[in-house]
Amino acid sequence: MAEGLVALRTGRPLSDRLDLRLIAEMVAPRTRVLDIGCDDGALLEILVHEKGVDGRGIEIDMGKVTEAVAQGLSVIHADADTDLAFYPDDAFDYVILSRTLQATERPREVLAQMLRIGRRAIVSFPNFGHWRVRLALLTTGRMPRTRALDRPWYDTPNIHLCTISDFFALCAEEGYVVERWLGVDDQGRRTPWRKNRRLANLFAEQGLFLLRRR
Amino acid sequence: MHTAAPAPAPAPMPDRADAAAIPHRHETFAEGLALDCGTRLRPLTVAYRTYGALNDARSNAILICHALTGDQYVAETHPVTGKPGWWEVMVGPGRPIDTTRFFVICANVLGGCMGSSGPPAEMTDAEGKPQGRPWGTLFPPVTIRDMVRAQAMLIERLGIPKLFAVIGGSMGGMQVLEWAALYPTRVFAAMPIATAAWHSAQNIAFHEIGRQAIGADPGFHGGEYWRHGTTPARGLAVARMTAHITYLSEEALTRKFGRRLRTGPMLTFDNDLFEVESYLQHQGSTFVQRFDANSYLTITRAMDFFDLAAEHGGSLGNAFRASPVRFCVISFSSDWLFPTAMSREIVRALNAAAANVSFVEITSDKGHDAFLLDEPDLFRTVSGFLRGAAEHWR
Repeated sequence: MAEGLVALRTGRPLSDRLDLRLIAEMVAPRTRVLDIGCDDGALLEILVHEKGVDGRGIEIDMGKVTEAVAQGLSVIHADADTDLAFYPDDAFDYVILSRTLQATERPREVLAQMLRIGRRAIVSFPNFGHWRVRLALLTTGRMPRTRALDRPWYDTPNIHLCTISDFFALCAEEGYVVERWLGVDDQGRRTPWRKNRRLANLFAEQGLFLLRRR
Repeated sequence: MHTAAPAPAPAPMPDRADAAAIPHRHETFAEGLALDCGTRLRPLTVAYRTYGALNDARSNAILICHALTGDQYVAETHPVTGKPGWWEVMVGPGRPIDTTRFFVICANVLGGCMGSSGPPAEMTDAEGKPQGRPWGTLFPPVTIRDMVRAQAMLIERLGIPKLFAVIGGSMGGMQVLEWAALYPTRVFAAMPIATAAWHSAQNIAFHEIGRQAIGADPGFHGGEYWRHGTTPARGLAVARMTAHITYLSEEALTRKFGRRLRTGPMLTFDNDLFEVESYLQHQGSTFVQRFDANSYLTITRAMDFFDLAAEHGGSLGNAFRASPVRFCVISFSSDWLFPTAMSREIVRALNAAAANVSFVEITSDKGHDAFLLDEPDLFRTVSGFLRGAAEHWR
């Protein structure tokens, strides 16, 4: 558990996810934010109470939704694959999808919806190009299991895995501008390879991207 | 098919009359209320109860909207039945709607029979002159919007410029939605529970069975039972029994009663009475002691008429366009009368309007009635939402 990360009001430990901090740093204060797959609202808690953000969340796990709403956060039970279509264009300044893209049915459509309803999108995902993943597949010939990808192939929600390079390629294909990007290590800290895509693709456990429409 | 199931016990007649004689705290509005049907009801009487104290800033008022057969006695012993208030698990000191923090108001709905203007009340003419008889079937048809307008007059009379929250389940939830649509600047937070933005064909169908049962009772006399000294107790009891089934779930009925017999350990094909039958009969017979048949007809009609989308050009999103209200929509997994899909419609419309909305489906096997019962996840959601809303009050 990372130190110091507790909710201001409730005192509950926020999360062991330092990457949430990195995401929060990308968000300008007092903006409108939608967090897709917001879990129990750990990121929203930071955004609402430290950045004065008008924050909303959607989450597919009902237990987590109840947890978040009971914390006073505006969260709805919904499915990113189907329910983003109900939001109007430009409803938010940022739409965030952290560590969830790989679990959606149609990642490309979800990204398109995010950049329709939001001016900017912030996306993080586990990097399948990480050297440990590559090495595990090469040496064992079995589906890799890492800290970020810790479930067996038959039981994983992660059905659309990609590498950092793959994601850059998709952004180019879809015409999204990558305003910022980071490679993040397994502790959720920025990696020193963040200037070099090829190195990041090998050494970063997660990719974190700030996108906008062209 | 056994034939010996006893009829619901006929209600002791004087009880409803006693109920009518109870003085209810109320406000009277001499100017009356212009109803959706075009009639002006003059004067308008709104019976209500309050709990807790209004703060100096007048910023801690919560309006509770009751369901079809509820009333204003939310959190105190009911004056007719002597039973605890219908939402004492939710409203009171230290409860999720904490009366040590909030000033809680609940009004008997327009068309009701607990002191507000309604069929059992004395009829008045266009000038407001008493006619020496109850309204009965001549009481004008009312809508959910009329009920909400009457509540808004009460809230203004009580000197409250803006409600902190409006909360209600079932028909109460319809009023919550109507409040948010009609007075978006006079309510800060809205919590519609186990409800829908319109009454479905299935909902209307069940109501019609109840109305037919009442109409078929020989004691109904075309609604003029007050003239004949009778009540359609049997028909009203059957209406209640039918409705009560829709408030429960198959799971809940199985858990509570299963196939157990009241009359003995095993089926004898002779005068057997299943526990579930006896339970429903009890529900029916106690209901007629406190409820007026014409009120039941009036209010079920108001629910059937309700269609918030139709009121806004066929689009529910229009009802909440640019709404500043904070919403928390709640449904229950086993509620088949107001299923989760109907709450989801509301949530999608609110999203389309870019409104601030939370939405929780509570897992429960208790059916529609779950909103009235001990559901810890419901309590956590309500208190958490109110706490979060309080941080943003303006």
